[in-house]
Amino acid sequence: MNWIAIGVTLKLAMLTALLLVVIGLPIAYWVSFSRWRWKFLVESVVALPLVLPPTVMGFYILVAIGPHSPFGRLYTDLVGHPLPFTFEGLLIASVLYSLPFAVQPFAAAFDQVDRRLIEASWTLGVSRAGTFFKLILPMSVAGVVTGFVLSFAHTLGEFGVVLMVGGNIEGVTRTVSIDIYDEVQALNYAGAAMTALFLLAVSYLILLSVYAMNRKVWAVWPQK
Amino acid sequence: MAAEMTVDITKTFPSGFTLRARLAISLGPSTVLILFGPSGSGKTTILRCLAGLERPEEGRIRFISRTWFDAEQAIDVPPQERGVGYMSQDYSLFPTYSVAGNIGFGLGGLTADEKQRRVAESLTLLKLQGLEQLTPSQLSGGQQQRVALARAIARHPQLLLLDEPLSALDTPTRLRLQGELRHLLKHLAIPSIVVTHDWGEALALGDQMAVIGAGRVLQVGTPQEVFNRPNGEEVARIVGIETALQGRVRESVEGLATVEVAGVILHALAGDEVGPDVFVCIRAEDVVLAHGSAGTTSARNQLRGSVVDISSMGALVKVGLDCGFPLSAIVTRSAVEDLHLSLGMPLTASIKAGAVHLVPRRDAAFTA
Repeated sequence: MNWIAIGVTLKLAMLTALLLVVIGLPIAYWVSFSRWRWKFLVESVVALPLVLPPTVMGFYILVAIGPHSPFGRLYTDLVGHPLPFTFEGLLIASVLYSLPFAVQPFAAAFDQVDRRLIEASWTLGVSRAGTFFKLILPMSVAGVVTGFVLSFAHTLGEFGVVLMVGGNIEGVTRTVSIDIYDEVQALNYAGAAMTALFLLAVSYLILLSVYAMNRKVWAVWPQK
Repeated sequence: MAAEMTVDITKTFPSGFTLRARLAISLGPSTVLILFGPSGSGKTTILRCLAGLERPEEGRIRFISRTWFDAEQAIDVPPQERGVGYMSQDYSLFPTYSVAGNIGFGLGGLTADEKQRRVAESLTLLKLQGLEQLTPSQLSGGQQQRVALARAIARHPQLLLLDEPLSALDTPTRLRLQGELRHLLKHLAIPSIVVTHDWGEALALGDQMAVIGAGRVLQVGTPQEVFNRPNGEEVARIVGIETALQGRVRESVEGLATVEVAGVILHALAGDEVGPDVFVCIRAEDVVLAHGSAGTTSARNQLRGSVVDISSMGALVKVGLDCGFPLSAIVTRSAVEDLHLSLGMPLTASIKAGAVHLVPRRDAAFTA
């Protein structure tokens, strides 16, 4: 088993999930509460990673963060090296790729909060931000944990985007799924099997915890 | 000091329903204004516009010296800054907070000591001591209603807005809390606006009453004025009670009460907690008219009076009587012909005790 790849993968998944809580909560709040009639345009964009082939996602992210894009140039000027094939570049790609896995459970949880409770909070003089942190977030804990765990699990298993954006650099961007692919290419089936089993067990345990914790809020399967 | 309130708002709903409410009223420090109307008449929307939860398309809302809403000047004070205590029909208690947590929810700007004092004060006012640590789901309907009220008054609002405060309760609890609510609203010295579709509640709680029908304010006056002298057929139909009189319960024995109204004794069925001060309410349909004595009938009330008014209402005729107090009867056109009714004619009006409704009113401070 490649412990270095496992370390990189866990670090990537943890940072991705944490960043998605920070980025995903405001997006989900907007998705759930906005009355803008063209809201579905944004919702569709957020959901794109669910249906796009990872190579297509990876390709566009690679171009977008590459040294020829305005963002890539700015980053290179500031930091001194380009983003592609670094851990940071991989992190940006992972966050975008797992965005719907965080935003959708968050937004579904916010949708469940009775609007009359929110109005009651406003008439009690509590600001919109205060209402979010004192009322909406505590009532959405299950959805927030679900989004965190799902984006963590989703990042563990990503392959195409990692390969396109991160490449395959030992200790930096070589994740578990890529390590498995390498082992199979090298006909080392025993090594691949060990790592694959590890990934399977971890993923299964994570989903187990999500379903056990929460049978009402949106999970990886549509609600019955 | 009286609080002046001016409301002149227009709001159109996707269904095509248009609310055009105009109301200018002076609310004393403990005045209870009733917004009375059938469901769908727009009374809740008016209350929500006052709270800042609904935005009218046009018009303005002023309270005391402050403009809360003005479409032309693009003023729309958010609900947080209006200083109102708002209670929705379903109470909207926060399930993730205890009773004390709910009451203290809006007191974030105060010091811990002051916050604790205010929570304790509200708990005491609404007799909720001992329930501080329970969650809303552990409370009975009546307790939830009291927690919602305690939460609304904890911030010392300058106006209380209560949307059907008692409608979610079962009838015995509702009748019991009706008196308590009136007492509390009077005690608080905060003007309040109460939405209801229940005429008993309107009489039991209100000092002033605005009748709302099809999105418009149709009549404003004391509940007694509105019930006894509706300004048109629409209001008469909405209020549904033609006679509402101040009375005093003389005695109440085995569920039967003897009530004195303007020197006349009436018999009525009495509930558990009646009186001494009551409104005596009689539907015009329940009054039977006869020449001379009605003889021995099962009706417990036989009143002698004379006809003072006859007005046609389509197939029916409304007859105004003077029995020592004004009494309305609604009879058919053929009954008018058979009785040869004319102004000044003496008649006997019979009313069953069960048709004389008593609405308890805890204080004697009638405003009529």
